[in-house]
Amino acid sequence: MNDKPAVNRDAVIDQAIEYAIEYAISWRRIAAMIERYWYLLRSSWPRLLELIYWPAVQMMMWGFLQLYIAQNAGFFARAGGTFIGAVLLWDILFRGQLGFSVSFLEEMWSRNLANLMMSPLKPIELVIALMVMSIVRLLIGMVPVSLLAIGFFGFNLYGLGLALAAFFLNLILTSWAVGIFVSGVVMRNGLGAENLAWTIMFLLMPLTCVYYPVAVLPHWLQVVAWSLPPTYVFEGMRALLIDHTFRADLMVQAFAMNVVVFGAGVVGFMLLLKAARRHGSLIQTGE
Amino acid sequence: MSVPAIAVERLVKIYQRGMAVDGISFVLPVGSVTGLLGGNGAGKTTTIAMIMGLLTPTSGTVRVLGVDMPRHRYRVLHRMNFESPYVEMPMRLTVRQNLTVFGRLYGVTGLADRIAELADELDLAELLDQPSGKLSSGQKTRVSLAKALINRPEVLLLDEPTASLDPDTADWVRASLERYRAGRGATILLASHNMTEVERLCDRVIIMKKGRIEDDGTPAELLARYGRGTLEEVFLDVARGRGHVREAAQ
Repeated sequence: MNDKPAVNRDAVIDQAIEYAIEYAISWRRIAAMIERYWYLLRSSWPRLLELIYWPAVQMMMWGFLQLYIAQNAGFFARAGGTFIGAVLLWDILFRGQLGFSVSFLEEMWSRNLANLMMSPLKPIELVIALMVMSIVRLLIGMVPVSLLAIGFFGFNLYGLGLALAAFFLNLILTSWAVGIFVSGVVMRNGLGAENLAWTIMFLLMPLTCVYYPVAVLPHWLQVVAWSLPPTYVFEGMRALLIDHTFRADLMVQAFAMNVVVFGAGVVGFMLLLKAARRHGSLIQTGE
Repeated sequence: MSVPAIAVERLVKIYQRGMAVDGISFVLPVGSVTGLLGGNGAGKTTTIAMIMGLLTPTSGTVRVLGVDMPRHRYRVLHRMNFESPYVEMPMRLTVRQNLTVFGRLYGVTGLADRIAELADELDLAELLDQPSGKLSSGQKTRVSLAKALINRPEVLLLDEPTASLDPDTADWVRASLERYRAGRGATILLASHNMTEVERLCDRVIIMKKGRIEDDGTPAELLARYGRGTLEEVFLDVARGRGHVREAAQ
């Protein structure tokens, strides 16, 4: 009789150990993957330069356009920085997703995915490492460009203060959700689906109203726009720069939607991984 | 009775294009070296991929070191490893960087010493700081082998480890595998088209054809059963459906 509780306790401990082995996240393995992507980034200066090049070109073009329009229209003179702000926030969304997806594509290009998938690295650890790398790549690109915006156009992104943190959090969550899902699609279907990684965000560009208010869209398209979390961020940015009002309500709504979108991205990735294991895609990582 | 290194039971894999593995079963004891022979499309790589957990079986079971492989793979993956010329290492990373990353993924302790040890054993010392992509195919194979041995695996799966290597390098790789097996007591499962390799390394041979096991035995048993002098002749008999020559003659 007295032995029974002891047996149960042992069983619970065994179960807990097994659970830990199956589901525990290893920061050592995540750090190893970040180290792997960092080595990769460091090994090629053109790749580093590329991280800055396009955001800088975009920012300069929209900045000068805004300068020109502001000299000829009263409204735009008051709405100082909306174009530059929009292009910088758009780059957080676009480059965040690209930073995630490109790091994943590196595994496909180098035919290394099978090595990783048969190692103790868990899919969730790979996803976390890719999220960290998307921030690293984003910072390498965006910090110099945001400084250029101050120098050329007197637009200080960091002057947005806490609002910038809210914008950043919401945009990066959307970008990760899309990046995770696209990586799953590429893993399941091979490099034939690679173009999706480069183009999917441009589908969101007109719908999330990066450069114009939602009110510009036809009514039925406005419904679609408001179903996308980045729309709330770009509307919030315009409210801040034009009306000098921080719309916390928009940020909270965007965050709530992002939690759902991010969860859907992770679940989609796991289902696609399962399908890839079923269809043999992990051992055929080519076209 | 000790737990076998690998136990495969009624394993089936069906793709949309057809049956790849058709109900195979085998048990590999700890410390054995087994060759998986067969022509293209025989199901060797599919079988190895299912043992590694890269591919989900349609039905049947795979247990590695007693662990149900598809379901509980994370309990055993750190005790096994794999090498194939068809799976590469990141090309722009140096050999040392690649081995460091994989060493950390496998939780290897004393990693710097282990890399130095492998560099010594596999003659990689001069290559350690070169990008993996700039190596010759023979050098790449040695690096892949170093990656496969980084965690001192108890179970080592090899898919045509000497494909496209010159005879000297291939011989060198086989010698390394023999040393590793002798030193570690590891279990090795080797898919190969190379009969010389199989005869030299393996104490058991499983011959596959169209997803099924056609024959299974030690090299000596197979030679006797088919009345042949080499495994290559045995392989050709099986591939061409000639069956057991001696048995047929009797």
